[in-house]
Amino acid sequence: MTAQATQRSAPIEGYVAVDPEVTVDGTHATIECRGVYYRNVNEAVRRCFAEGVKNVTLEHVNGQRYIGTGISGQDLRIEVNGTAGQDLAMFMDGPTVEIHGNAQDGVGNTMNAGKVIVHGDAGDVLGYGMRGGKVFIRGDVGYRVGIHMKAYENKIPTMVCGGKSRDFFGEYMAGGLLVLLGMNSSFEGPLVGGYVGTGMHGGAIYLRGEIEPWQTGKEVGIFTADEDDMKTLRPLIEEYCSDMGMDAEEVLSAPFTKLVPVSHRPYGKLYTYV
Amino acid sequence: MPISLIQPEFKVKIDYDKCHKCGRCVQQCGWGVYSFNERPIPDDAKCRACHRCVTYCPAHCISIQKNELALRENANWSPGLRQAVWRQAETGGVMLTGMGNDKPYQSVFDHLVLDACQVTNPSIDPLREPMELRTYFGRKPDSVEVESDGQGGFKLKDGAGISKNIQLETPMIFSPMSYGSVSLNVHKSLAMAAERCGILMNTGEGGLHADLYPYQDNVIVQVASGRFGVSPEYLNRGAAMEIKVGQGAKPGIGGHLPGEKINREVSETRMIPQGSDAISPAPHHDIYSIEDLRQLIYSLKEATGYKPVGVKIAAVHNVAAIASGIVRAGADYVYLDGFKGGTGAAPQIIRDHVGIPIEIAIAVVDQRLRDEGIRNQASIVAAGSIRSSADMAKAIALGADVIAIGSAALMALGCHMCQGCHTGSCSWGLTTQKPELTRRVDPEWGAERLTNLVHAWSHELQEILGALGVNAVESLRGSRERLRAIGLDEQTCKILGVKPAGL
Amino acid sequence: MTYDPLLERMPTTQLPAFADRDGVFDLERPRYAEEAASKIHGGCGLMGICDESGALMSGVEAIKAMAVQRDRGNGLGGGYAGYGIYPEFPDHFCFHMMYHDTKAKEDAEAVFDRYFTVDLAEPMPTRAVKGITDAPLLWRYFLQPEAQKLEESEMTAEDFVVHSVMLINSSVDGAFVASSGKNMGAFKGVGFPEEIGHYFRVEEYEGHTWVGHNRFPTNTPGWWGGAHPFTLLDWSIVHNGEISSYGINSRYLEAFGYKCSLGTDTEVAAYLFDLLLRRHKLPLELACKALASPLWSEIDRMPEQEAAVMRSLRAVYGPGMLNGPFAIVLGFNGGMVALNDRIKLRPLVAARQGTRVMVASEESAMREVLDAPDKVWAPKAGEPVIARIEGMDWPIHGDLHLSASEVSCAVTGVDTSCETVEVN
Repeated sequence: MTAQATQRSAPIEGYVAVDPEVTVDGTHATIECRGVYYRNVNEAVRRCFAEGVKNVTLEHVNGQRYIGTGISGQDLRIEVNGTAGQDLAMFMDGPTVEIHGNAQDGVGNTMNAGKVIVHGDAGDVLGYGMRGGKVFIRGDVGYRVGIHMKAYENKIPTMVCGGKSRDFFGEYMAGGLLVLLGMNSSFEGPLVGGYVGTGMHGGAIYLRGEIEPWQTGKEVGIFTADEDDMKTLRPLIEEYCSDMGMDAEEVLSAPFTKLVPVSHRPYGKLYTYV
Repeated sequence: MPISLIQPEFKVKIDYDKCHKCGRCVQQCGWGVYSFNERPIPDDAKCRACHRCVTYCPAHCISIQKNELALRENANWSPGLRQAVWRQAETGGVMLTGMGNDKPYQSVFDHLVLDACQVTNPSIDPLREPMELRTYFGRKPDSVEVESDGQGGFKLKDGAGISKNIQLETPMIFSPMSYGSVSLNVHKSLAMAAERCGILMNTGEGGLHADLYPYQDNVIVQVASGRFGVSPEYLNRGAAMEIKVGQGAKPGIGGHLPGEKINREVSETRMIPQGSDAISPAPHHDIYSIEDLRQLIYSLKEATGYKPVGVKIAAVHNVAAIASGIVRAGADYVYLDGFKGGTGAAPQIIRDHVGIPIEIAIAVVDQRLRDEGIRNQASIVAAGSIRSSADMAKAIALGADVIAIGSAALMALGCHMCQGCHTGSCSWGLTTQKPELTRRVDPEWGAERLTNLVHAWSHELQEILGALGVNAVESLRGSRERLRAIGLDEQTCKILGVKPAGL
Repeated sequence: MTYDPLLERMPTTQLPAFADRDGVFDLERPRYAEEAASKIHGGCGLMGICDESGALMSGVEAIKAMAVQRDRGNGLGGGYAGYGIYPEFPDHFCFHMMYHDTKAKEDAEAVFDRYFTVDLAEPMPTRAVKGITDAPLLWRYFLQPEAQKLEESEMTAEDFVVHSVMLINSSVDGAFVASSGKNMGAFKGVGFPEEIGHYFRVEEYEGHTWVGHNRFPTNTPGWWGGAHPFTLLDWSIVHNGEISSYGINSRYLEAFGYKCSLGTDTEVAAYLFDLLLRRHKLPLELACKALASPLWSEIDRMPEQEAAVMRSLRAVYGPGMLNGPFAIVLGFNGGMVALNDRIKLRPLVAARQGTRVMVASEESAMREVLDAPDKVWAPKAGEPVIARIEGMDWPIHGDLHLSASEVSCAVTGVDTSCETVEVN
């Protein structure tokens, strides 16, 4: 019968729960992640940092979850080669994570400080509830990006996405800066989907290009970015372009649209009191 | 001998220390409670507790209280029953009343609770994410037939699809209330609000006044047994037509609008002489059986290029079979009016004792139509005491496509449910044709209040849908799995198709 | 003429009621009822891969894709369906059977002997795997309807097969048909998907289309037949998410004669596809739009011809619209369709490498399988990913003539025909 071919001795395992191979060179460590379960990978990362390593490179990452999640520290850096798994840099407080590849869903969830650089696309629910730090994505992003970002005291969460976005971009936005460039995209159609900034009550969204009124929530005012806005944007775009190897002048040469909330209390009139 | 044994139901108290003696109360009361002799003097016997005077008193010095006269306790003979006997002994008359059933029947709605999502599926934020209430109203095919458009896409085959459906922006419409029973300003308010909300008002059986022509795309024109104001023009102006067979407040009973209410404009709209009584026979005398109904439905369609035709019936014991017959007779919608529905005038004994609750009617009709595989062929409108958006959500979950509000709409315009509609003296200017009273409703003001009400209930329905984790009302419609019963007996649960809470 | 349960078309009305049966059946089958007693909640991971050229690939690809998504499940269900895996018997129906005991096997085989010509019967090749326990007896049969019986029945071969599936599932105690299509088979059970794959030696099969599933039920049913994929003839369906509109979806289907007896969203989705594609003959693209409808605001912005189609689809099939989070893959002999909900509440990522089209809950699954994808993308909400194999038609079995209750029964193994109102 058909079932003849190779005899395998053990089940295929996506990931094996073993300690990964770690090569330490001064303050730099390389961790081989191919087929290693996420808990072992992340433990190895934390161990490296605890032992004084400042830069960790993760090789052959594919879908391992929680990379950089919950890690604190100002001068720590994680480089990821491969496709990063769910909840990358969640709750992260300070370090920099750079992905050479795509990121899956949930990047920068409730991130406090630090920086995420993705040289590829990112999935849905990117930067949910982000309270501080920077997230730079080179390419396209999915649904529900930058929702409920909020500024607090001296923290201003900032996200720049180089491609296009699906629906619910900047939903519930309460603070910070959300920038969409529409440049490095494989999406067909408009710069951004519908329901942009619905429930927005703080912060600002900058779009490199135009937006139709139907695409935004009723809480949002649409303006052409003026000189002051461009002054705010310039250092951010310069930093982004420097990280991505792009030309800041080219990015800044096109007109930007600015979306800001028309009210800090968009639902004041919705309710009546018993 | 005393003229009457009946004592006033209310006591009108005026704090004369605060009273401005301005006479506003005298002017506002449509019931003639007040006379004025240096200060207002109330006649308690005429008061209906409609609060018109209270609302308009600049000194806030009027209060209306129950006349707490002790009668010997008797759990069997309530004061109301005793009073009715006295009144009928005095007059020999049938007790006439307005609005809906006020007896303390169990409310099924109040024994149903809605579900919500936790963890395994997400609730949805109704304020920021799409939350769709749009509803297509009318007969739908069982399937959609398409053909290639020759360019890689599809188009509807000729005659396929839902071209005859009416688009509603929220699953609410206004109940039929005739011009005659209510004032023209009420009709205008309803029509303007219907247009603003993207819904429908319903003429009732009294014709369509020319002032409402601008709103005709948001009007259902009704054809009742009296055929008042029914002409080809009338039929063609409406977005849909409705054959009124019965009314929840008075199933099997006709209507009688007294000649005093037939002023010039009512006469023109109803196409009957001024001052003559407008009598609606109990049955349509061209419908003595279901095949006759089919004949009437199709004559209306034939006269109008096949506009949708609905049939309104009172919820009675055999409502499921009747509704099935109506759908099979070709109706585009079945309007079910529960036994707590309102009326401009009805014999109290009928209003309070005939018919079944709307909740039960929805459940059995929806299930029957599904069992017969004809549920798609007609929309179900549920009315007869939809009191809040919660009732609306529960009615929809039981299987209604759309709910209709009458009493709530009148309340939006000021009605305090004093049950005096049949007197023609409504102090709020609603159920009257007296010009000094009807002008109390400014249609613009009325339309705004009605629009507010529709929007508020719609928002609340969206909140409910969001909690249920669905973002379109069609996913709640008929989804009885999202209801649970508290304190209903097993048989009622079974009829409703609803599990008890905990299961 | 003697009574023939199959040829009588609806014989099961005369069988004893489900609850009345005793013996083995009662030990095993009531788990079905237990599962069906309330709506089953659960999250999951899934995959599908199809080579549009019809070229075959090892089942190892499906296992690899599921293995990296292990954390999406909880070990209470995993499964695969492969297409093109039995080239030696391309025109035979292949029955993958689950038996509680040898008595069940004998009874089921009596049905095969009576109605079919069995050209090969053999145990499913399996191997011992740690973590896989309580496996039923697993057998497969390559068979054709017995020519004279088929002629007497005046049914198509496909109808005949579904009737047989129904007969076995409803009246043979302790026997369950896991799949019954041509040149395809389902491999499923209780365990993590990579364990199930290893157990069934799925890597030793080669198919042009594979679907896989990893289950995370939040109650604890442990019945092998209840794992995904669900199949009917050569359809298979895997599903992630929970459909919040289950209540009305199932009532809607009941009006068309279906009986949703398993209480799973997957079952509802399977019947909806059956209704829309087979009975209402909707094009696949539009069936997907009916199940994951565009928002009214989107429809209002469409060109009129398209808007008219969408408005009608939505108004007519509104009760069937799958509302709430879901991602679904439907496999069949002509290819595969993946679809997710209209506001993208469940993940679905797609990739293409040459003629291979792949979908999964996570991108990592595709990176694991495809070494150099031409394109990796996240499909828009409600926009189906369709892979069609060149030269193969959909639906492969042509038009069937089954009643809905027969379909229900064939898929779920729960006979409800006596309670079902037949409206067609």
